[in-house]
Amino acid sequence: MDYEPVIGLEVHVQLKTASKMFCGCTTEFGGPPNSHTCPVCLGFPGVLPVLNKRALFSAIRAALAVDCKVSKEVKFHRKNYFYPDLPKDYQISQYDEPLSENGKIDVLADGKTRTIRVKRVHMEEDAGKLIHEEGENSSLVDFNRSGMPLLEIVSEPDINSPEEAYQYLTKLKLLLRYLDVSDCDMEKGSLRCDANISIRKKGDTGLGTKAEVKNMNSFKGVKSALEYEIERQVKCAEAGERIVMETRLWDPARCVTVSMRSKEEAHDYRYFPEPDLVPFALDPSVVESERKGLPELPEAKKARFIGTFGLPEYDADVLVQEKDNADYFEACLEYYDKPKIISNWLMGDVAAFLNSKGIPITELKMRPQGLAGLLREIDSGKISGKMAKDIVLEMCESGKDAAAIISEKGLSQISDTSELEKFADQAIAENAKTVEDFMKGKDSALMFLVGQVMKKTRGKANPAMVNEVLRKRLAAKK
Amino acid sequence: MENLYTLTAHELLGLLDKRSVRPEDIIESVCSRAAAVDGKVKGYVNIDKAGALSSVPGAPSGKLRGIPVAVKDNICVEGELTTCASKILRGFRPPYNATVIEKLKAEGAVVLGRANMDEFAFGSSCENSAYFPTLNPWDTSRIPGGSSGGSAAVVAADEAVMALGSDTGGSIRQPAALCGVVGMKPTYGRVSRYGLIAFASSLDQIGPLTKDVRDAALLLGAIAGYDEKDSTSVNLPVPDYLQCLTGDVKGMKIGIPKEYFVDGMDKEVDAAVREAVALLKAKGAQVSEVSLPHTEYAVAVYYILATAEASSNLARFDGVQYGHRCENPGNMLDMYERTRGEGFGAEAKRRIILGTYVLSSGYYDAYYLKAQKVRTLIKNDFDKVFGAGFDCILTPTSPTPAFKVGERSSDPLSMYLSDIFTISVNLAGVPAISLPCGFTKSGLPIGMQLIGDFFEEGKLFRAAHAYESHTDWHKRSPKL
Repeated sequence: MDYEPVIGLEVHVQLKTASKMFCGCTTEFGGPPNSHTCPVCLGFPGVLPVLNKRALFSAIRAALAVDCKVSKEVKFHRKNYFYPDLPKDYQISQYDEPLSENGKIDVLADGKTRTIRVKRVHMEEDAGKLIHEEGENSSLVDFNRSGMPLLEIVSEPDINSPEEAYQYLTKLKLLLRYLDVSDCDMEKGSLRCDANISIRKKGDTGLGTKAEVKNMNSFKGVKSALEYEIERQVKCAEAGERIVMETRLWDPARCVTVSMRSKEEAHDYRYFPEPDLVPFALDPSVVESERKGLPELPEAKKARFIGTFGLPEYDADVLVQEKDNADYFEACLEYYDKPKIISNWLMGDVAAFLNSKGIPITELKMRPQGLAGLLREIDSGKISGKMAKDIVLEMCESGKDAAAIISEKGLSQISDTSELEKFADQAIAENAKTVEDFMKGKDSALMFLVGQVMKKTRGKANPAMVNEVLRKRLAAKK
Repeated sequence: MENLYTLTAHELLGLLDKRSVRPEDIIESVCSRAAAVDGKVKGYVNIDKAGALSSVPGAPSGKLRGIPVAVKDNICVEGELTTCASKILRGFRPPYNATVIEKLKAEGAVVLGRANMDEFAFGSSCENSAYFPTLNPWDTSRIPGGSSGGSAAVVAADEAVMALGSDTGGSIRQPAALCGVVGMKPTYGRVSRYGLIAFASSLDQIGPLTKDVRDAALLLGAIAGYDEKDSTSVNLPVPDYLQCLTGDVKGMKIGIPKEYFVDGMDKEVDAAVREAVALLKAKGAQVSEVSLPHTEYAVAVYYILATAEASSNLARFDGVQYGHRCENPGNMLDMYERTRGEGFGAEAKRRIILGTYVLSSGYYDAYYLKAQKVRTLIKNDFDKVFGAGFDCILTPTSPTPAFKVGERSSDPLSMYLSDIFTISVNLAGVPAISLPCGFTKSGLPIGMQLIGDFFEEGKLFRAAHAYESHTDWHKRSPKL
């Protein structure tokens, strides 16, 4: 029998704000345990939360970027549960009236584009972190993360394959990074993802019993966990076993999911409106100004790169995957007007350099004006494309401009005809046999002579000119 | 010269300004009074003369320049024990000051002693303190009221010049009435709650307990105002309340709600309040009957909403960071269960269980949500009366005078009914003041309550002060 998976994703991202959601503590990553804390984010008796407006604005931007409808009122709830990393033993979150609802993300996977509906995007505060020391009979708590602003983005169960889930996450990350609202770094914990997954017979429209899978720490991990979980559920169904509603943990070392707790022991979170934060009306002009302030999003940018600059779809797609790369590309265009040439260099030698160093383009010493200068040197014939490959590496390393490197190293191409004629005559004199072959009509013999000239000039000769000069001198011999 | 401890703050300010006394003299006088009588009253959980003397400002200035103030044990004072009279906060010293404490200090006041209370402000008799019950200075076989029983008792016994309390359902006004002092619950949002250890966040307000109305106006003026640390505080200017004390009620419209004069009310209380009404009428107030038709639901609504919020507010007392933690916990759950089992008293447990229940899935709509709707109806009742032009509403503060220690402690419901006249005010969010309006034949104080419209504390002070200036109930002192 054929089964299909039904997947919904719950993504938490840490919003990039200077201070925490309800107090003035820094959101900086790292720092000694409990150094980024105050009575408010430690949940001391008597303290009260005050909403960080920057977090609200970032959340609104994110909601708009995934096409959600932003609520007219901002209202928080308390989610009550006991856990030592939760200093108040309740989390300030949103419940029946989230910040925004009913959005969508278009995803290209397995060769087709599908729309995944976004159920809601809401704000909440993060908890601290428990540290379990090996062999210790107690645990420690680090509250640096406590009260960090989080965005929860919940999809509808519209995802039909692990690949689609992977693409959904990739797209979401791309959008949020474009908005500059989050780093979305799963390894640093600034993006976390839980998946709800069930299977059903192909053609059925109802939903099967779902399992919630947690503890995935990379996009690939999400994909692998979902692949494993689908297989497990299908085997279960085929063996006639009942699939139980439960929470399962992904074990990346063993590549399996393991049951953590059944939902029968699920929490009753006793949500109720947070009395310490009065609900307030969201001025439509605030939402409008956030909408107007949205940057050009990747889809639109890609279309423009294709339409305006005539880039192939592949190039445009690669360039918009990082907003900074796209910006760099456009900055180059201000100094040099051949988009496809720029794109070739960015996707080729420059990308290779960045990869080898593991740095973003924003940290590249070669600035757009520099790259453009190098490309103009090639066009003028002063250097060859091959020479440029070495020069660009040095520009990337040192940030020097192309002209300086060329003159420093005496790298400029020999384009002086009389000088080239000298080398050509030498080559002709030294290779009588080859000259003879050429005279007999063996055209390829010329390439050997070009090679000899290049050798003599240590690669500095302009190959096209060498070719021309040789032909002229040989013709004169006929 | 009279003993300084018998004087009001405004009288003492006059002496301080004339340089005839120093702040240290007041502290000495009040502390020696406390040393003499607090063994009987037990109003303080802690009184720190040395600390108070050392914190007297060099050149006192501000509205309370050099005046010592007793503070209820649920208001955070930096570095000082603040325990809500609960074992679970044993040894807790907050790392910060409540906003009201910062304001008191800015106005030149000195914090002198922490007043006893019902644990976490859960109670109407001060018997639920983890330390000891506070007793009524007028009759030490009786309770002082609660939960700010310590604050009311130390003011009544002249062991404090003035005190701060907190009022969630009557916790300032009821003990003020039972101890024969003045107590005010300000409009919700008038005084910052930052640093008040929360009982029910949507109902709690800090307010003054004082020897007369002028002192209440003085103290509220010092602590009121917007605080950016409290999102529920309201950004409105604070009027000069002392300017409101004209001594005149002529033309003020006072409503008497028929629902507040109920069967089973103490006859002497009923009579004293009616006499007070007559006096105000004689002095030119326009008095007529009004109706607050949803009054009968107030106690039920309150015990759903207040306990729901309390169950969540008190979750943080889990043994992880501060306060009590059980010995040698076996695991996380064991730590929670034994820490909370050992740390909370019976009434705290009862309210946590009740609040947890009403928020539970399947019961939320029937209890919490329904109660919120009725709360709106109760607020609408007040809106209608004030919308019709009434300046204040006059009621008894408590249906009975102070009852005997132990009389109601085994019957929570009868204890909850002690607050039947004060609870609606918190649910609506409006301000109210309690002031002395007589004594029973056996010598127990009786209080009346004046309720005002939102942010109309000034009108309450005006009417209360006018009444007070024609009576001398507030001048009597208990014999200790």
